[in-house]
Amino acid sequence: MKKIGIYFVILAGIFALASLVAAQDAALIQAAKKEGKVVWYTSLALPSSTAIAHYFEKKYPGVSVEVHRTGSQRVLQRVMQEAGAGIKNVDLIHTSDAGHFELLKDKNMLMKYSPQAVSSFPDGFKDKAGFYYGMRATLSVIAYNPKSIAEKDAPKTWKDLLNPKWSGKEVSAHPGYSGIIMTHVLALVNANGWDYFRDLAKNKLHLVQSANDPAGLVASGERPLGVNGAEYFYYKTQKQGNPIKIVYPKEGVPLVVSPIAIAKDAPHANAVKLFMEFIFAKESQQLLADKEGLYTGHPEVTYPADKPKLKDLKLLSTDADELEKRNAEIKKRFVENFGA
Amino acid sequence: MPASQSGAIAWIGHTGRSMLRFRDPTLPVWLGAALLLVFLMLFPLGAIFRTSLWDDSGITLNRYLEVFTNEQFLKAIWNTLIISTWVGAIAVVIGALLAWLVARTDLPWKKPIRALVMASFVTPPFLGAFAWTLLAGPNAGSLNKLYRAVTGSEDALFNIFSMPGLIFVMALYSFPFVFSMIANVCELISSDLEDAAEILGASKWHTAWTVTLPLALPALVGGFILAFLQSLSLFGAPAILGLPAGLHTITTQIWTLFQYPPRLDMAAAFSVPLLLATMLLLTVQKRILGRKGYSTVGGKGGQKRLIRLGWGRIPVLLFVFAILSLSVFLPYWILLKAALSKAWALPLTWDNFTLHNIYFSFFEYGDTQLAIYNTFKLGLITATVGTLLATLIAYITNRNLFRGARYLSFFALAPLVIPGIVLAVGLFIAYTRPPLVLYGTIWILFVAFLTKEMPIGFSQAESTFKSIHPELEDASRIIGANRLVSLKDITAPLARSGLIAAWSFIFIGVIRELSAAILLFAPKSKVVSVVIFDLKEEGQVGVIAVLGILLLVVSFAVILAVQWFGGRDVVATRE
Repeated sequence: MKKIGIYFVILAGIFALASLVAAQDAALIQAAKKEGKVVWYTSLALPSSTAIAHYFEKKYPGVSVEVHRTGSQRVLQRVMQEAGAGIKNVDLIHTSDAGHFELLKDKNMLMKYSPQAVSSFPDGFKDKAGFYYGMRATLSVIAYNPKSIAEKDAPKTWKDLLNPKWSGKEVSAHPGYSGIIMTHVLALVNANGWDYFRDLAKNKLHLVQSANDPAGLVASGERPLGVNGAEYFYYKTQKQGNPIKIVYPKEGVPLVVSPIAIAKDAPHANAVKLFMEFIFAKESQQLLADKEGLYTGHPEVTYPADKPKLKDLKLLSTDADELEKRNAEIKKRFVENFGA
Repeated sequence: MPASQSGAIAWIGHTGRSMLRFRDPTLPVWLGAALLLVFLMLFPLGAIFRTSLWDDSGITLNRYLEVFTNEQFLKAIWNTLIISTWVGAIAVVIGALLAWLVARTDLPWKKPIRALVMASFVTPPFLGAFAWTLLAGPNAGSLNKLYRAVTGSEDALFNIFSMPGLIFVMALYSFPFVFSMIANVCELISSDLEDAAEILGASKWHTAWTVTLPLALPALVGGFILAFLQSLSLFGAPAILGLPAGLHTITTQIWTLFQYPPRLDMAAAFSVPLLLATMLLLTVQKRILGRKGYSTVGGKGGQKRLIRLGWGRIPVLLFVFAILSLSVFLPYWILLKAALSKAWALPLTWDNFTLHNIYFSFFEYGDTQLAIYNTFKLGLITATVGTLLATLIAYITNRNLFRGARYLSFFALAPLVIPGIVLAVGLFIAYTRPPLVLYGTIWILFVAFLTKEMPIGFSQAESTFKSIHPELEDASRIIGANRLVSLKDITAPLARSGLIAAWSFIFIGVIRELSAAILLFAPKSKVVSVVIFDLKEEGQVGVIAVLGILLLVVSFAVILAVQWFGGRDVVATRE
């Protein structure tokens, strides 16, 4: 009887706690609805960002998400320009360059907020000080068009891309625009040195801006070989029936964890917290994996069977501090090598 | 009222009295318009010079030193010079040839040809450049695919992502400027001299070469400079076609300097050479056109006869349409195809057909509706305010309302020498910090567009007023109406069609503007051109095509409406 009593007490405690949390949630939802919207500066691909906005709007009618999508570096530029002019517009900042968040944190431009679900996330997805968390992850990979390049001829490693036979056939995205490519360049410079990019530039690459753009060029055959690019976008483009094959180089694949954080002066402080809770909840993280081809930090999320498991790949990680410190250098040296 | 302000007003009152021919109660309106104009022009330029010269420790020339020693910058300047020279040359050849054919020969179908030249004029160069990436990308471009299919060749016919490709596309959208300039001159040259040459036994072509061409030479040089300047200031086309090949121009380089951490001081210092170059060229142009004038062009007295092309009529016509298909038919066709297909590079079959791009653009993508709203709001407001201001200024200079009035035309035409991106650098510096923060709203774009479009509005209004004799106004003033009332009731109605043309020029100029907007937009003040550019960077081909077609459709609707109401041709060539 005594045992049952204890169980009862514990159960009651859980109920009480649950209803307390529910009451908190209800209060947050109420306050969010009063504000009516969240302004989200994001570098996540436009179709994916709008899709997420729609999920959110469906779940919380009355709170809309204003999506402003551009490249990571442009998101930072926008945030900084607005701060300089004293404009308070952005609620939620999301880029694929973790260095940005160290910079913003140093400049005291972020609001400290930890959504409930992140406690179970691995270390690589968490800022120790609690200002930002990895909303999604992807890889920067090689991809080719199997209509133009036979599988046996296709490059297997980063070094294979240096072969002169690919001259005029390769496309690269730009670290001056894309956080994924910024991370990619740092990872490969750390692994192979700048010589790698000097040699790569000899192949007269076609330069695009976004890490999503190479997928379109590879699919159309305009440049049959992508020397980098967002894996989730290649994967999505492939799923739409386009001729794309993805290569995960054995030497190591740059892992790009894209943080999200609340702006310190967020004009919609409640709605933005609701969005943070929403985006890190298992349900949303599972959607990112299922519909958008992304990896996430949530330990319970499962992935499509045709995508490799992260633990089976050799991953090249980068450090947020180093990304911040070497941002200008990477942009400069990339331009020196490739011309623009 | 602060002392300086009241002092300024006292000064205006004082000089106003002494300058006025006779007292006029509407004087504040005229002076206000004049001061507004001067402020619009000087404020951003002042900001540029200040930022490029001053730093924390005082005046420095370090930035200029860096501009002219940094290898990247020098390369961008060099690229720009080469590109613009070629664009100027090609635009003159195409533009002058077409203008001459339309104005002086018996070429058939002149009306459709004029309409197509106007369509090239209305097409934003960045949109044309985008369309050409789909047409002539070396591997997937439709024309190159066709070429390979026909010839069995492995190579591409043409790589649009290259300096020649960039020059080609920029020339396609610069030649209409030359066309309208030369067509006007050709209308003015009488046939007498040509007749004389022919009587002396010269062949038609020989006459054209030795008589007509030299007569038109000042206009040709003027046209070259105009096209050169036009291409110097373009941003979208070089960004879309040059950057992928690792080519920077001055405008794309300035734009890069806005990236975080921003180097506004360098952007300002880099703007100054561009500014000086355009000033220099315009001075040269003015000298050439001014000195030689059209002294041999005896007004409209002489007779004009059309040169017969004979058996060459049809081949020449085909040639003309071939050129216009490069600037109009092919780009429009590929945009339409991209808008309606799932994969633009595949044939537009039933399986490949989709309305999703259109649906996504208008209903799912949040930026579109706001951008469309902003674009047309800015178009309407800028065109209306701009026409009004241009009308007032043109009236002041034309009727010489106070001493020094003619110098106002210098200010009204000054933006001709200010490339859009330079203007934007100045406005960005001037209006992003207190006390006057316009950045983040559409009003900074309004100021930019108003400034940028002032020359075209002014010259339209000016030439219209020239043709209206002041005596009707004098009559109304004798009866007791003040100047504003006479302008409103007498002169403006007479000038109606000219002012409507000015309005529509400004409207079209605004809705297609990219080079200033790209530095000045913020999330709430996005316009369609900026959204298209943003989408281009992400490679959203279908959505770009939909928005591009929207821009074109609206532009043509405006022009047709103007022709309907105003009863005149918008591209100012006489029939």
